[in-house]
Amino acid sequence: MTATAGETTPQVRRPRVRLGALGPVLALVLLMILGTALNGSFLSLGNLSNIVARSSFIGLIAIGATFVITSGGLDLSVGSMAAFSAGMMIIIINGAVPSLGTGWTVVGLGIVAGLAIGSVAGAANGFLVTAGRIEPFIVTLGTLGIFRALITFLANGGTLNLNMAAADTYSPLYSGKIFDIPVPIIIFAVVAIVAEIVLRRTTFGRHIAAIGSNEQVARYSAIKVDRVRLMTYVLQGFLVGGAAVLYVPKFGSANSSTAVLWELQAIAAVIIGGTMLKGGFGRIWGTVVGVIILELIGNILNLQSLISPYLNQAFQGAIIVVAVLLQRGRKMAN
Amino acid sequence: MSNTNGAAGLPVLSANRISKSFGEIPVLFSIDFDVRAGEVHAIIGENGAGKSTLMKILSGFEQPTSGTITYDGKTVRLPPNGEAETLGIVLIHQELNLAEHLRVVDSIFLGREISRGGLMDVRQMHEKAQALLDTLHVRIDPNARIGTLSVAEKQMVEIAKAISRDARVLIMDEPTAVLSMDETQTLFEQIQRLTQRGVAIVFISHKLDEVMRLSDRVTVLRDGQLIATVAASVLTPDTAAQMMVGRELSNLYPPKHEPDVDAPLVLSVKHLQAAGVDDISFDLRKGEILGFAGLVGSGRTAVAEAVVGLTHRYTGEIEVRGQPVHFAGVAQSVATGLAYMTKDRKGKGLLTNMGLRPNLTLLTLTRHLKGIFLDTASETRALERAVRRFDIRARDPSVRAGQLSGGNQQKLMLGKTMESEPEIVIMDEPTRGIDVGTKQQIYHIIAALAAEGKSIVLVSSELQEVIGLSHRVIVMRLGRIVGELEGDQITEEQIVRHQMGIEGRAAA
Repeated sequence: MTATAGETTPQVRRPRVRLGALGPVLALVLLMILGTALNGSFLSLGNLSNIVARSSFIGLIAIGATFVITSGGLDLSVGSMAAFSAGMMIIIINGAVPSLGTGWTVVGLGIVAGLAIGSVAGAANGFLVTAGRIEPFIVTLGTLGIFRALITFLANGGTLNLNMAAADTYSPLYSGKIFDIPVPIIIFAVVAIVAEIVLRRTTFGRHIAAIGSNEQVARYSAIKVDRVRLMTYVLQGFLVGGAAVLYVPKFGSANSSTAVLWELQAIAAVIIGGTMLKGGFGRIWGTVVGVIILELIGNILNLQSLISPYLNQAFQGAIIVVAVLLQRGRKMAN
Repeated sequence: MSNTNGAAGLPVLSANRISKSFGEIPVLFSIDFDVRAGEVHAIIGENGAGKSTLMKILSGFEQPTSGTITYDGKTVRLPPNGEAETLGIVLIHQELNLAEHLRVVDSIFLGREISRGGLMDVRQMHEKAQALLDTLHVRIDPNARIGTLSVAEKQMVEIAKAISRDARVLIMDEPTAVLSMDETQTLFEQIQRLTQRGVAIVFISHKLDEVMRLSDRVTVLRDGQLIATVAASVLTPDTAAQMMVGRELSNLYPPKHEPDVDAPLVLSVKHLQAAGVDDISFDLRKGEILGFAGLVGSGRTAVAEAVVGLTHRYTGEIEVRGQPVHFAGVAQSVATGLAYMTKDRKGKGLLTNMGLRPNLTLLTLTRHLKGIFLDTASETRALERAVRRFDIRARDPSVRAGQLSGGNQQKLMLGKTMESEPEIVIMDEPTRGIDVGTKQQIYHIIAALAAEGKSIVLVSSELQEVIGLSHRVIVMRLGRIVGELEGDQITEEQIVRHQMGIEGRAAA
C-alpha cells in the first residue's frame, strides 16, 4: 500500500511467533501430558524410544510424501508399494541363500534390492504422472491396486517368510542399538535431517516448492518441471523401499495385509505437520512431529479403556480432515 | 461522451467520509464519492491509491472503518460477499468470476435459477438469456461454454448477468485492461446503452484517454486521499496525470538515443512458423528497441514464446549473434542471453504466495550456490541490489509477492528477468495495469538498458508506449507481420492503419 511505501530499506527480519507454525508441537506436548496422566510410565525413556522406533517406517514414507505433496503431487500407493517391496526383498533373500549363504552379503543384496524396487516403482508413478499427463490421484490409486495385488500374488494368498538364518543376521538392523539409540531411530533422524536440508537449501527443494506453488511460473522460470516432479516420485519410492528395509527385519514376513492404510497415516502426518496439501510449502520437521503424534495417539488409545483402540484409524482419518480445515482457515485469515 | 442525464441530480449511491484501515495501515482517508443515475463516474489513481478498496466498500465486499454509505437516500450497511447484488449494486471484478465449465445461460442465472415444480425451467432460462443477450446486441450462443469465449465475450456475459439482476449501480474494475480496441469500443457502446436506461456506472481505468471519452465525472485518488472530483470535460490527460502523481510528467518517455544502423545483429528470426505464428521474419540490432504493435490476439506473444522455446516451433530459423539456435525451453534461451518477460504476472511470472527473494532468484538459482547448497545470503544481497536498482517498494522484505501492488510486482518481475543478465530481452506488456508513475520508471529503465547495449523487443498494446520508446516498430495482424515502421513513420495513425488491415503487406 502506498501509505507505507516509504519503508523500502530491507531490515532485519523479526522472528514472528505464529501459532500455525507451532501448532503441531503444541499438540505433541498436549498428547504427552495426556499420556502421562493415563499412565505414569508413559514418559519413560523406554516407552518413548519404542514409540519413535515404531514410527520409523511411516516416518521414512511420510518424509518422501512431504516432497511429493510440496510439489503439488500425491502418492496413494505407498502402503501397497511398501508391502510389495518387502515381499520382493524376502523372495530375493530367500532365493540367494543357497548360493550366497545367510550372512550380510545376502542381507545387503536384499537391502539394495528393496531400495531399487521402491525407486523403480516410484519412477513408474512419476513417469505416468509427467509423461502420461495423468492426475497423480488416478495414477497412484491405480498402482495402489496393482502393488497390493502383486504382493498377494507373490505370497500366493498366504504369507512370505524370511529364511530364519538370514533373519537372525538381519534383525539387528531393527532391534540393534548404537550408543544406546535404536538403529531405526538413527536412520529416521538422519534421513529427516538430510531431507530438511535438501528441501530448504538446495535448488531441487526450491524448485519443488515453486512447482507446487504455480507450475506455469516454474516453467516460465526455466525449471524442468517434469524432471523435478519425476524425481519427487522416485525419492518417495526410494524411501518406501527404505521403510521396507526396516520392516523386514522386524517382522520377517510379508503378506497381503502388510502396510495396509499406511498411505493414510503418511499423508495425515504430512498435513498435520503443516505442509500445504495444495503444494507450494512443505516442512520435514513438521512431518516428523506429525508422525510421532499419530504414533502417540495409537499408544494412548492402548493405555486407556474408554475408547476402543480399534478406532485408531478413525482418529487418523478425522485428523487429516481437521488439519486441512485448519489450513484453509489460516489461508482465509491472511 | 456527453452527459446523457444532466437533469437527474440525485446520487443513487454515495460514500460519505469513508475511511478504511487494514490493521494499523490506513488506506482511505475520509473519502466523499457519489454516482448518479445514468452517469459514468470514473475513478483514477496510481496503484495503491485506494481505488480497489473504495470499490469494494461501495459494493459491500469490505466494510468501512468509519463513514457511511447512502443508497437511494437511505443510510445502509451493505451485505458482504456480493450479496449487495440483490439490492442492485453489482461489481464486475477484473478477474472475471465465471466458472469455465458452465454454459452462458447457467452462468447468467447462477444462484437464481428459474424453477418450476422443483425442476429447473431450462426453456424459460434459455429464452430469457437469449433476450438479454439480444438487448446487448451481442452474438453469443447461450449454450456456449464459458471456457470457449474470448475475454471480451466473458465480460459481456458478466454485464448480461448484471442486467438480469436489475443492476442500478454497475461497478467495473479496469474492464478494458485486457480488451482490444474493437472490443473496448463494443464495451463502451454497452455502457452507453446502460446509462440511457438509467444505470449508474463506476469505472476504474488506467487508460486516461478512455476515461476522458467515456465518463461524465472523474474522481482522482492519491495515497488514499480524495484529490478532486471534476467534470471529465475540463480534464486533460496532463492535468489528470499530474493530479494522480502529484508532480508533472513532462518526461514520461525518456529521449530516444539514435539507433546505430551499423550495430551488429544480435537476433535474427527467419520464416518462423508456430501455433498462431505465420511466417515471421525480423532482425534485432545491438542497443535497439524494437516495438511489436498489434491487437490483442494478433500473435505477438505467440512469436515471443516460440522464439524462447516455450512453445513448439514448426519451421524457420533463429540466430542469436549469428549462431543458429533451437531452444527446447527457457533454460536454454536464458543461457544464451535471451530472456522473456511474460505479460501474465500472476499466472506465469511470479509465485504470489512466496516471498520476494525466492521469486527474484528463481530463474537464476544456480548462481546462488555454495557447493551444493543454496546461499541465502547471496540471494538476499541480490534482492537488496534489485530493490535499489528497480525501486521495488514493499512494506517489509518478508511480504509475499502477491501482496505487492501491480507496479511493484512488475518491477520485481523485471528484476527477476534482469538477474539472468540477458543481452536480449523480450518484454511482453511490461506496463500492463500499472500506474503512470511506475510506467514512467519502467520506460526509463528500458531506455537505459538499450543505452547500455542491451537489445529489447517491446511487445505492447499501448500505442503511445510503443511510439514513445521504439526505434523501429513491427505491426502484427492475424499471426503475420503486416508492416514495419521506422523514424518519422512511427505514428499512431500508421500503426492503427496497419493493425486494422487497412494498409500493409498481408492486407492484399
